[in-house]
This record gives sequence, structure tokens and C-alpha cells, in this order.
Amino acid sequence: MDDSSSNLHPARPVLEAPDIKRVLTRIAHEIVERAKGADDVVLLGIPTRGVFLARRLAAKLEEITGSAIPVGSLDITMYRDDLRLGPARALAHTEIPAEGVDGRLVVLVDDVLYSGRTIRAALDALGDIGRPRAVQLAVLVDRGHRELPIRADYVGKNLPTSQRETVKVQLTEEDGHDGVLLGTRAPASEHAESGARPRRGTAPAG
Amino acid sequence: MKRHLISAADLTRDDAVLILDTAEEMARFADRPIKKLPTLRGRTVVNLFFEDSTRTRISFEAAAKRLSADVINFSAKGSSVSKGESLKDTALTLEAMGADGVVIRHGDSGAPHRLATSGWIGGSVINAGDGTHEHPTQALLDAFTMRRRLVGEEGAALDGRRITIVGDILHSRVARSNVHLLSTLGAHVTLVAPPTLLPIGVERWPCEVSYDLDAVLAKSDAVMMLRVQRERMNAAFFPTEREYARRYGLDGERMARMPEHAIVMHPGPMNRGMEITAAVADSPRCTAVEQVANGVSIRMAVMYLLLGGAEPALSREDSAHPSPATTPDGGAARRPAVEENN
Repeated sequence: MDDSSSNLHPARPVLEAPDIKRVLTRIAHEIVERAKGADDVVLLGIPTRGVFLARRLAAKLEEITGSAIPVGSLDITMYRDDLRLGPARALAHTEIPAEGVDGRLVVLVDDVLYSGRTIRAALDALGDIGRPRAVQLAVLVDRGHRELPIRADYVGKNLPTSQRETVKVQLTEEDGHDGVLLGTRAPASEHAESGARPRRGTAPAG
Repeated sequence: MKRHLISAADLTRDDAVLILDTAEEMARFADRPIKKLPTLRGRTVVNLFFEDSTRTRISFEAAAKRLSADVINFSAKGSSVSKGESLKDTALTLEAMGADGVVIRHGDSGAPHRLATSGWIGGSVINAGDGTHEHPTQALLDAFTMRRRLVGEEGAALDGRRITIVGDILHSRVARSNVHLLSTLGAHVTLVAPPTLLPIGVERWPCEVSYDLDAVLAKSDAVMMLRVQRERMNAAFFPTEREYARRYGLDGERMARMPEHAIVMHPGPMNRGMEITAAVADSPRCTAVEQVANGVSIRMAVMYLLLGGAEPALSREDSAHPSPATTPDGGAARRPAVEENN
């Protein structure tokens, strides 16, 4: 809570475009370091923004290693544990690279790590596609408040937040510009939400 | 349309495109080693078939099973229905068993509507063909097939495409559903049939009517041949089968007059030699087999959108079924937009 007028423009930037660029470069190097090269790495982004981050990471990895890195997307909608708490959602694309995932090192890529439920769903979805050698997780922002025993292997920025705050990642491909905004949830929507589903005290996903 | 899929006429353009796009994703799952999804785990879908239709039933059954729903098949033959049980008592039995979705095929037009609006059951009703009224999932899978073959772009509709439906329009629920859905999606529909096989009031349908197949073939993007339903040919609708086949059947010569990209569709089962010759049926331009495969994807999409969430994803504002009082979860207010964090 900064001040009383924060309802109008409550969001303040915590990462700007150059920061995001540097962070992704660092994560790409970390992946190469941990995997001793990136020969068997497959990047799978979680829609919507995880996919764009995965593509950017793949481009960086190609710069570093000199060889193309398979990149795809993994939609987790059908595997969510909160499907029955709202209307059925529209599905996003799942595109597994032609190389497949069997025996490879899959790096899941998402924008924000929050409750951990999205990643749990992603692991379930991945299990129906194949059997990777190992699965790792790269996120741009880790905002805490895990509800499952899940952690990220590569973190762009650790961002301590309260549950009343919102973290909004904006990427050029989807939003026209790069940035990460930290804001406060509008009280109105909080009311409506708790009114509609009183049981639901947790983060919906993340 | 609300919690039910009774009529293709209830679908808005956005609903229809959402179903087609969802089906496109469902089709991708069919190529995987593990085709099953956990989405409807613990939900029960009852296939309630008062008319025999193995093809439609197994399509719905495969769709429900791929979404991990429990499927109960209920066919009228050899059941309590043949002992005289009414639709109401059957429905109450299903409700007592906790059916979340009921797929109904019935010989009487309006039976699914009755089931959905009577308050007998709380689950979603999906019309799998009722009398000579509608067969909405067939129309959706036809539109899906057309969009794949003629447009090839997700998120799109069928704007400006010319679709010709040939045959027994009078008895065809497939034609009725297709006319509504295809016109909603922006296509121009032309019906071709002998005057005796056109229903009364067809001039008020959102389509054109012709009696001359050869005249419309050259400007059709898709030609849908309907089965001549011999079981319903109890009056003198046309003089002989040979004459019907000559004037309204599709043979190789007629197919050659269609534009290069145009496709031939058939909802099946085909009467080879009657409305379609074997040469046409086996040609790569005929999508009959593809339509069957697409049927599973479409039915998965419909079941996911109706049963997958706490409330259906399709638009609720509609006046076709005036029964707001009977919805058990009538108070389910629209939830605010979901969180941006994921």
C-alpha cells in the first residue's frame, strides 16, 4: 500500500525491458552450464507468455551453443485442478517439437511462479506425452506463496509479494512492450470473487 | 444456448467458432500415444438412445472416454422403455444415478428439449438427433470438416463459402442443423431436392432452394449428399430410385463439374449407387471418413465446454429456451475474469 490513490494506477514496474533481456541471457547461460551444453534440451513454454519466453530463451541458447534448440508449447488447461471452480476455459495450443520429449531434458518455461499448481498440471500433461530424462523449470518471476512442493531451477527475479498484490508480466509479443508490474488487487474484484466462491481462499494457479 | 446443446440454431457465431477451435485442439490429442485426458474424471455421461444409432453412440462414447468421464449406455431395446416406461421416469432414474450429462437420441422431435426444460434432471442435455428436428453435433463436425478443408485457419468462420445440401431435406435433421449453423458461420447454403422432399416453411429458412443440381454444382465449395432414408420413404416422394439417382445422385461426371477445391460430404451411412456412386464415395474429394474422425473431436469439445467447468463456457444470453427457473445452480453469477498470474 503506497498511498490512497493507488487504485487508479496501482502497478509499479519491478523489471523493465533491459532487465528482462539480461535475465533471459543469464538463464540461458545457466541452462548451458547445468546441462553441460544444451544438446538434449527441449524448451516447452506454458501459454500464453511462457511460450514467448521459451522462444526468446531458445534464441539465446542458439547464440551460445551455435545449434538450434527445439522449442514448443504445453497447454495445461485440461489438467488444471481448478477447472470446476469456473466456466470451462478456451484451450491454447500444445505443440511438441518433432524430436519429442523422450529421454531429453525438458525445461518448462513460465512467466510467474506462484502457487505451483500450473507446474503440477504441466508435469501431468508432460507425463501423457512422453518420458523426459529430466524436467526443469525456468520462470521470469518467483513471487512465493507456494501451495505445492515445487521449486524453480532457474529464476529471473525473486519477488517477495503479499497475496493481495498482483504481478503482471508484459511481453512485446502479446502486450506491445516488455515489463513486469507489481500492483494491488482492486478491492471490488476481491469481493466479487469471495462472494461467488467462498471456499476458494488460494491462488487460482501459478 | 445455456447448459444444453439442443439446437444448432441456439449457437451464436462466437459459440460455434469456440467449439470448432476447441475441437481443433482435441484433434491434436488424438495423435498422441496416450489419448486420454483427465478433464472429466469423476463425471458421468449417460448415452440415452431411444433410436438405434451405433455410429453416433460410439462416437459420443469415445469422446466421453477420452475425457475420462464414466459412460453409461442406455438403449431403449431390452430396457424398461420397451416395457412402457415414460421419458420422465427414465429421466428421474438417470437423475437418481447422478448423471452430469445426458446424450439423447430420440425418434420424436423435441424430446431433448423436453428433457432439458422439464426440470427432471440437473445435468446438461446434448441432442444426438431428435426425430426430424436437429442433430447439432453432426452440423458442428460438418462445419469443422469444411473449415479444415476450405478455410484452413483457426479462429475463422465460413464466410462466403457456398455449401450445397442435396437430398431428403424433409426428413433430415442433419440438413436442418446444418442450415442454421452454416448460416450463423456466414456460409451461403443452397438446398437441392425434389419438391416433395422439401419441408413446409423452407422459404423462411436462411438458405436458397433449387431443384436443379447441375445448375448449382459449378459454384459450390462443398456438396453434402444426404442419405435417402428408405425407412421413411413410405409415401410416393419420388417415382423410382433410378430416377432419383439420375436427377439428384452424385456421380463422377457431376463431380467433375465441381470446382477443383470443392469437397463432397456425406454424414453416413452411404447408399452407394443411390445418392452417391462408389467412384465418388472412394475419391479423395469425399470426406465421409474424415467426418467420422472429426466427430469424436467435436463431441469432446462440446462435452468439455458444457461439463468441464462449473458452468458452461458457451454464451448464456439467449431466449430460445425459456426455463431459467429450472436451473439448479441458477444463482451462479458470472465470475470475474480469471487472474492474470499463471
